[in-house]
Amino acid sequence: MELLGLYNYWVFVALLMIGFYAVIAKSNLVKKLIGLSIFQAAVFLLYISMDKVEGGTAPIIQAGVVDQVYSNPLPQVLILTAIVVGISTTALGLAIVVRIKEAYGTIKEHEVSAMDREA
Amino acid sequence: MNLALDIASWVLFGIGSLVLFIGAIGVLRMPTLYTRMHAASLTDSLGAIAVLGGIMLQAGWSLAALKLLAILLFLLLTSPTSSYALANAAVLAEKRDAESAPEPSA
Amino acid sequence: MTILFALFLLTMLVITAVAIVQTTDLFAAVMLLGIFSLLMAANFFVLDAADVALTEAAVGAGISTVLFLGALALTAARERPAADRPWLPLLVVLVTAATVVYATFDKPALGDPNAPVHQHVAPWYLSETPRLIDIPNVVTAVLGSYRGYDTLGEVFVVFAAAIGVLFVLSGDRPVGDVIRPADAPTTRGLKHHLIPRIVGKLLIPFIILFGLYVQFHGEYGPGGGFQAGAIIAAGVILYALLQGEGRALAALPEPVLKALVAGGALLYTLVGVVCMFLGGNFLEYSVLAADSVTGQQVGIILIEAGVGVAVTGVLLCIFHAFAARDPAH
Repeated sequence: MELLGLYNYWVFVALLMIGFYAVIAKSNLVKKLIGLSIFQAAVFLLYISMDKVEGGTAPIIQAGVVDQVYSNPLPQVLILTAIVVGISTTALGLAIVVRIKEAYGTIKEHEVSAMDREA
Repeated sequence: MNLALDIASWVLFGIGSLVLFIGAIGVLRMPTLYTRMHAASLTDSLGAIAVLGGIMLQAGWSLAALKLLAILLFLLLTSPTSSYALANAAVLAEKRDAESAPEPSA
Repeated sequence: MTILFALFLLTMLVITAVAIVQTTDLFAAVMLLGIFSLLMAANFFVLDAADVALTEAAVGAGISTVLFLGALALTAARERPAADRPWLPLLVVLVTAATVVYATFDKPALGDPNAPVHQHVAPWYLSETPRLIDIPNVVTAVLGSYRGYDTLGEVFVVFAAAIGVLFVLSGDRPVGDVIRPADAPTTRGLKHHLIPRIVGKLLIPFIILFGLYVQFHGEYGPGGGFQAGAIIAAGVILYALLQGEGRALAALPEPVLKALVAGGALLYTLVGVVCMFLGGNFLEYSVLAADSVTGQQVGIILIEAGVGVAVTGVLLCIFHAFAARDPAH
């Protein structure tokens, strides 16, 4: 596992930056939301990478097997909650994007703010 | 017996991987949508059968083998259906594009 | 061998993410997001997180794709490429990346058993759960019992999301367009295509059965309320896609869905209040039965049922809110 020592974390940084770039650089609102999903997934990867114990297995206690090393269950609980909360915010964000499209006729962010400044 | 099972599993994995690889090359190289889908969906079913068969041989007679069989049946039912639905949607989209103006983008 | 596989999966994740951000076709981006979620789920499984992998696959690759496609059908399918200079965002991104990479050099190597995160609370959970709660899946024990308050908060967040979506998308609909009749052209779904309809009819009972299996086996293997809710909602969404949204609404009408949403959250809270009436603290399940271990198990089953019911109702409410919206604006 030494080779993977820090590779997980560098992939986490790469995904984080890709998602971050999509949120700040793209002007299409749905693209921003997709970038936000990638950003969230990168954070999940960080936490789940922290829970792995070398030689361990999933934290489901197998009856009758002593001396089994289990991986850490606590980050998994955090990320379970985080995944569900992430999908909730994505759904609400998409609903708002749909309404923006109906009200402004466009979902490009600079056009929306330009219309706001004129009105 | 174990050695024979291992060799059989490896052969099946090899066949499955080769078939799926050929399917992927087909998707990249074929000219139109329909030929690409033909490449993808045929190799998908055969590859799934081979790879899952190899895993089932490794699992032996156990509950895990039964679950793998259920997964294989599910894949064999849904993958051709989704390819059919995709091809159908492509035909309908072409018909609609031929009849009306292209849809505006935002 | 596992190392090679994990490296391959991680690299594919980065390639897929770059492809998602670069493509201008939004439908393609959503499909790639589904692939990204599936690769992420495989990665989670390689890292020993079975529950999280199941949730990511069900919610990320399943429900999230449907929601994005529903939103795209109501907005635009193609993104016009930006004409402005991306230098400032790139600079910000690179500076942030450098900072975070510098921070990662302090992290312990992957799998190190002496890392600080494995020291205090986790070994206590792993050793005490067989004695206090006696269910094999420690993640469900932590989620349902030791951190029950957090899960209650999560159910409320999901509930708030459903209310928010209904609030945003239900007002101001075109007159006479509240629920379209089952055989209106746009609700026909794939009714005239025989093969998906037949295969769907074969599979939907098994999908719902699998969802119930995942719900009730959450204590013995990967599973639990959230995954089960997502799977059952996916089965009903499949029915809506094949038979038309009107028939799906006739099968599970809006008031029933809203009752499911509220009922799930209410069930969870009621379990906590009943514990208070029986003499314990809020959500202290030990008082629910004669013997404290049995009480914990009863409590976990009840709250997981509440969570599953609530998540099913919420996902279906959100789907119908998107699907019933008239795109001809």
